[in-house]
Amino acid sequence: MTATTSLLLEATDVSKTYGAVVALDHASLSVRPGEVHALMGANGAGKSTFVKILTGAVMPDSGRISVRGRERTSHSPADARRNGLVSVYQEPAIIPDLNIRDNLRLTQTPIEPVRHWLHELGLESLDLSSLARRLPLATLRIVDLARALALEPEVLLLDEITAALPANLTDRVLDVVGRQRGGDRSVIFISHRLIEIGAICARATVLRNGQMVGVVDVTAGSEDRIVELMLGEVAAVRGRHEQPAAAAATRSEQAPRISARNLSDDRRLRDATFDLFPGEVLGVVALEGQGQDELFAILSGAKRPASGSLLIDGRPVTLRHPADAIRKGVVFVAADRAEALLMQRSVRENISLPFSARIPQWGWINLGREGQRVDEAVETLQIDARAGSEVRRLSGGNQQKVTIARWVAAGVRTMLCFDPTRGIDIGTKSQIYVLLRDLAAAGAAILLYTSELGEVQLVCDRVIVIFGGEVVGELPAAGADEVALLRAAHNLRPDADLPEQRVAGAPAETFAIEAPVGEAAEGVGRP
Amino acid sequence: MTSSATTPDRLRSGSAETLGRIARDNAWTLSLFGLLAALLVFTKLINSHYGLTSLQFTATAVVPLALAAVAQAVIVISGGIDLSVSSQMALTSCVAATLMANYPGDGTAVVIVLLALALGLLLGAINGALVVLTKVPDIIITLSTYFVWAGFALLVRPAPGGKAAGWLMGLAVGSLGTSLLPKAAVVVVVIVAAIWIPLGRSRLGLSIFAVGSNRLAAFRCGVPVNRTKFLSYVIGGLLAAFAGLSLTASTGIGTPVPEPTYVLISIAAVVLGGVSLAGGVGGVVGPLVAVVVLQLIRDDMTFLQVDPNYGLVAQGLILIGVLMVGSFIQIRRSRA
Repeated sequence: MTATTSLLLEATDVSKTYGAVVALDHASLSVRPGEVHALMGANGAGKSTFVKILTGAVMPDSGRISVRGRERTSHSPADARRNGLVSVYQEPAIIPDLNIRDNLRLTQTPIEPVRHWLHELGLESLDLSSLARRLPLATLRIVDLARALALEPEVLLLDEITAALPANLTDRVLDVVGRQRGGDRSVIFISHRLIEIGAICARATVLRNGQMVGVVDVTAGSEDRIVELMLGEVAAVRGRHEQPAAAAATRSEQAPRISARNLSDDRRLRDATFDLFPGEVLGVVALEGQGQDELFAILSGAKRPASGSLLIDGRPVTLRHPADAIRKGVVFVAADRAEALLMQRSVRENISLPFSARIPQWGWINLGREGQRVDEAVETLQIDARAGSEVRRLSGGNQQKVTIARWVAAGVRTMLCFDPTRGIDIGTKSQIYVLLRDLAAAGAAILLYTSELGEVQLVCDRVIVIFGGEVVGELPAAGADEVALLRAAHNLRPDADLPEQRVAGAPAETFAIEAPVGEAAEGVGRP
Repeated sequence: MTSSATTPDRLRSGSAETLGRIARDNAWTLSLFGLLAALLVFTKLINSHYGLTSLQFTATAVVPLALAAVAQAVIVISGGIDLSVSSQMALTSCVAATLMANYPGDGTAVVIVLLALALGLLLGAINGALVVLTKVPDIIITLSTYFVWAGFALLVRPAPGGKAAGWLMGLAVGSLGTSLLPKAAVVVVVIVAAIWIPLGRSRLGLSIFAVGSNRLAAFRCGVPVNRTKFLSYVIGGLLAAFAGLSLTASTGIGTPVPEPTYVLISIAAVVLGGVSLAGGVGGVVGPLVAVVVLQLIRDDMTFLQVDPNYGLVAQGLILIGVLMVGSFIQIRRSRA
C-alpha cells in the first residue's frame, strides 16, 4: 500500500450493499506485477462480488480501483477489458450455438494467440470449427481461459477455473498460470483448493463477511493460517475426519443395495460392474469423459442403458424415469445446482418437490407434516434460509445443501452424488462430508463421484476407478492417496511412472482415450 | 392466492417478520392493487358519473378477459403459452349458445354448461397432447389450433346467434346483496378459487411451477414433466371454456369469429400480473388485477374522448411504461 505505483492493481475501500445485505465492506486488494495472487473466502464472503466489481459487471457503492497507479472505472466487462482486466468466470462465456472460431470472432480475439495458448493448455488438437455445445464443459473452460490469455490482459481473474476440470487438465492450467509469475501480467486466482493455492500463489488475500481479514504470504505452513482467517471464530481447522469406520468388515454379510452388471450406453460407458453396499460411501474416480456421467444418468433413471443389468436390493430393475429410481430410494445429487434447483422458488418448495412424490399424484399435500419434514431437513443441514423465498438468493454452498436436504427430507436410502462439493467453500464442504458419513452410518448407501481426489480419503470407505467406460480398479480408502488415484485414473500400474505428456494432449471429444486392451487388463487389477 | 400464499413458507415464524416477508414476496401484486386504486380515483376525477353501477359494468365487461388471463397464466407458469385461447372461447361459446337455442330450458342449460366445460377440457387436452407429443414449440401448436378451433366455431354457427339461458345471463350482471359487490366479480373469484386453491395445495400445482422453473431439475426430482405440461393445458382449456360461457352469458348469443385481441390482452395481463413468460414465477391474483387495470385504462381513454387510434397507441405505451417500472423494481429487488 505504501508505494502505490509499484502495484499493478490496487482496489481500496470497496463497498457494496444489496439492500440490507452488505456484500463488501471496505475491502481492499493489492496485486503486484507478475504476481499470482489468491483471493480466498468462504462462500458468501464477497469474492464473487469483488470479481464482478473489478470486471465492471457490478458498480461498487464506494471505493477506488487503480491499474498501474491510474484510477480506473469500469462500467461494463468491455470497459474493464479496455482497462486491462479480463476475467474467466465459472460459467464459460461461450455461446453454445456458435462454433469456437465464431465465438472468438465475437469477442474480436485473434485466432493465432488462442491456438498458442490452447497448445500450452494441452488442447492443441481442438477443432476450432466444432460447435461449442458439443464440447465438454472442461474443454469450454480451457477455451475460455485461452481466449482470456490471448487478450493479453494486465490482470487476469480466474474464478474457480479448476473446479470442473479433470486432474490432467488442472495440472496444465496450474502450470500455465504458474508460468505467468515474474512477467508483466498478474493473476488473481480464486480456488477452494488449498493445494493449488500453495502450488502457484505468492500471496493470498482473505475475505470474510465482506471484509478483508488478512493478506498471507503463501508458504509451506500457511494453509492453516488461511483456513483460520476464512473461518474466523470457527477456527477449528477442518482436518481429516476420523478414518471411516470399518464398514468393509460388515459389508460382505449384507446384500448390495445396487449391483451394476456390465452396464453400457453404447457410447462412453462400456462395461461397468460394481456393487454398492448399505452403510458405505463408495468413491468413484475418473478422468473427464470416461463414462461416469452416463453411469450416474443410468443409475438415477435419467437414461436407459443399452445393455447390461441393474439390480436394486437384489432385484433386476428397469428405470424409465427418475421417478422410478426415486420410488426405489435411489436419488441423485448433481454438481451443477442450476440443473437441480428451481431458482426462483422457495427453499421449502425445492425441498418438497421430490418429497411430495411419495404421496399420490392427486392427493393433497399435508402442509403440516410436510412443513415439519422441511424444517427438520433445513435444521439437519444447517441451511441459512434467511433468503429462503428464492433459492437463487442463497450462496452456492447453501444451494447445494438444499439439493441434499430434499433427499434427506424424503428419507434417502441410496444417494448418488456427482461431485457435490464443486465450487463450494471449505466450511460447507466439511458439513457435507460429515452429512454423507452420518447418512452412511444410518445405513444409507452412497456413491460419490469426485473430481477432487483428496475427498476420497476424507469421506469414502473404498473407491472404484473408471477408465474407458470400464471399472478398472478398486482401492480401499487407506490406500487411495492422490498419487495412487491419479495413477489408477490413468490406468497405470502402481509401479509405472506418470508420463510427462499425460492424456491432456488428447482432443476434447476423445478424453476417453482408447485403452490398449492389454494394459487395461493388467491395470490396477479388478476386485 | 399468489405463489407464496399457496405455499406458506414456515421456515421463520415471527408474525411481524412473516407479514413483512409476505409483503416483500408479493410486492408486485400489492403494487398492482395500488395502481388499480389510483386508476379508480383517476377515473372518478375525470368522470364524476363513474359510480358503483359503472363499476358493475366494468366487472361484467372484464369477466371473459379475466378468465382468459387466468387460463393463460396457468399455462405460462408451466412454461408454455396458449395463442388459441380466444378461439377456444369462441367455439365453446358458440356450441353452448347453439345448444341452448335448440334445447331450451333451465335444466338442460345446466347440462349444456357442463358439456361446454367438457369441450374446454377436450380442447385443452388436444393442445397439450400436441405440444407434448410433437415437441413442436407451444407457440406454433397453439397458433395452428387457433385457426382450427376458429374454423369449427364457424361450422357450428356460420353467423352470430343462438341463445343463453336466463340464469346464465343473470350471473353476469347486477350485484350480490350490497351494490359494492358486482356479481360478475364474485363469479370469477369463485371459479378461479375453486380451481387454483386446490391446485396450489396438490402435487400437480407444485409440479406446474417446477416444470416451468427448471425442467431438468423437475425431471430429476421425479416430476412427470410431460404429464404436467399436458395437464396445465387441460386446466387452461377448462378456464377458457368458462371464459367462453361468460361471453355467451354477457351477450346472450354465440359469436363464431374469435376476438384476436383476447389472446394479446391475456398475455399482456399475465405479464403485467407478475407472471414470468419464462415460466415458474407468478400467480393468478396478479393477472386478475391486471385485467381490470387494462380495462380501466381503456375506459378512461373513452371518457377522455381520445381518438380510438391514438388510444391504442397510448395503451401500448402505458403497458410498456408500467412493465419498465416493474422490471426495474424487480431487478433492484433480486440484487438485494
